[in-house]
Amino acid sequence: MTVATANASTVAVPSSRNSLWWDAFRRLKRSRIAVISFVVIVAYVVIALLAKFGVIFADVSVPVGAQYLPFSGDHPFGTDVLGRDVLGRAIHGAATALSVGFIASGIALLIGITLGALAGYFGGWVDNLIVWLYTTVDSIPYILLIPSLTFVLGRGLINVYIAVGVTSWVTLCRLIRGEFMKHKGRDYVLAAEVLGASHLRRIFRHILPNVAHLGFVQFGLGFVSAIKIEVILSYLGVGVDPSTPSWGIMLDDAKLELARPFWGNLIAATLFMFFLILAFNLFNDALRESLDPKLKNK
Amino acid sequence: MIPILLGVTLLTFVLFNMLMKDPASRFAGRHATVEQLATIRAELGLDRSLPEQYFLFLKQIVTLEFGRSWSTKQKISTMIDDGFSATLCVTVPPFIAAIFVSIALAMATAYRRGSWFDKSMVVACLAFLSVSSLVYILALQWGLAYKLGWFPISGWDPSWTGRWSYLILPWIILFVLSLGVDILLYRSVILDESYQDYVRTARAKGLSGVQVYSRHILKNALIPIITNVVIEMPFLITGSVLVENFFSIPGLGGLLVKALNESDLPVIKAMTVIISIAYMVFNLVADLLYSAADPRVRLG
Repeated sequence: MTVATANASTVAVPSSRNSLWWDAFRRLKRSRIAVISFVVIVAYVVIALLAKFGVIFADVSVPVGAQYLPFSGDHPFGTDVLGRDVLGRAIHGAATALSVGFIASGIALLIGITLGALAGYFGGWVDNLIVWLYTTVDSIPYILLIPSLTFVLGRGLINVYIAVGVTSWVTLCRLIRGEFMKHKGRDYVLAAEVLGASHLRRIFRHILPNVAHLGFVQFGLGFVSAIKIEVILSYLGVGVDPSTPSWGIMLDDAKLELARPFWGNLIAATLFMFFLILAFNLFNDALRESLDPKLKNK
Repeated sequence: MIPILLGVTLLTFVLFNMLMKDPASRFAGRHATVEQLATIRAELGLDRSLPEQYFLFLKQIVTLEFGRSWSTKQKISTMIDDGFSATLCVTVPPFIAAIFVSIALAMATAYRRGSWFDKSMVVACLAFLSVSSLVYILALQWGLAYKLGWFPISGWDPSWTGRWSYLILPWIILFVLSLGVDILLYRSVILDESYQDYVRTARAKGLSGVQVYSRHILKNALIPIITNVVIEMPFLITGSVLVENFFSIPGLGGLLVKALNESDLPVIKAMTVIISIAYMVFNLVADLLYSAADPRVRLG
């Protein structure tokens, strides 16, 4: 892996079919659990997109009947306090949750990789500063930091993206920093330096492809925790706007509706969340195993 | 420790004194007069320069004088005092109970690995982890307190003798919530140990399975288990935020969430800083305990 490439402009990722990525993909494909959970995740994304673009359950903010209708064929989870279809709200809640997972862990990925690469590659005061920054962020428990941040920024979906994104990059940053410290002295990087590759080129074209698998695994883990945090934030009243469909707001409604008793919001939000998180947890495990070089050829 | 402490205060300061747009008018509402706004700004110190504001904030933290809550007019230092005792009353008993129960269950599953008992435990734990903790709290509060009436639905008694009846259900809930993760983790730790050479030796000299597990494997598995217990220690401060909110317990987290809903800025600021500092202290204690438990770890 550390054989110096003759030409500094060649990318460090070997594109042959024996690459780490190709191996990982093959191993992932062999695992039945991974394939099934991937299909479930894709199904969620497709349904959420269809709902978002108005193909199914186009407008869920208008009443479709009386309030608290029981479960029926037309409305499998009944209707809520305003007479809105609970199933439609749950599907749109999936769109909200997926967007938070995707965008927030995307932001975290970007920050974590950039800062981790800079800290590990340059060392010195850059490293000290970045380590200080992430230790500080890590010292404030996320369950305080994120609600405080959305409180300061105000309620709303975009602020949830920002608050979760700028607070959940620490683990990835730590891992990437460690890997960069290991890689920067290796022969292939030194060879690139001799051939005149700039710092940025060495960081992004040479080292980064060799450590990017960490980003994938952390992205998956971050996705799950971002979804869980969105639900908690919205439940606590510091997440998305009350008019935005969200599983957290459905659970908040359910708190008062259990005494009626009306179970629609609780059951719908729980079931929708359950299958998505379970699929993600199983898929993440399989992904981590398939990208682990120690388990290669097994 | 000191630079991080300063970092935490700086981050909180940037958050509430710099990023937040005009907290005075947000608190006073749209119909506030100019004079009212000026009074609130003066009270918050917002009319001074930023370095001066930061210095005042540090002074507040050192002296623990955060002023009074906007909504209840209570002294914040008293709220913090009571909050600590309430939070620790909620978190400590289930934390300790969960350690022992999850080790026992993990041992049992690992001992019978591959059996239906082991498999169903693993599946149950995975499924358990995929449901939001909100749902468990909601369901248990509804079922055990509202429907069956075994426990008070919510409430708190500040006196030491009166508070226990309000604590039992929160204890049960926190205990149940921490089982899923720990059982899975400890099971894999114990399984890892059971493939070591010393296990084969112990078997070869004729020890029974139970003896091997209780005398040899458990002792070695305890090191990663203690690591995990230590890592989880800061949760004694932050782990009960949701439960405190559901049961209206005025612990640190419960007070914070209440303050967030009431836009009670002085309380939010004080709680964020104080909980973070407590969290750091618990982390430090955890490190010290860890080095005491494992002689191979030296604090460098």
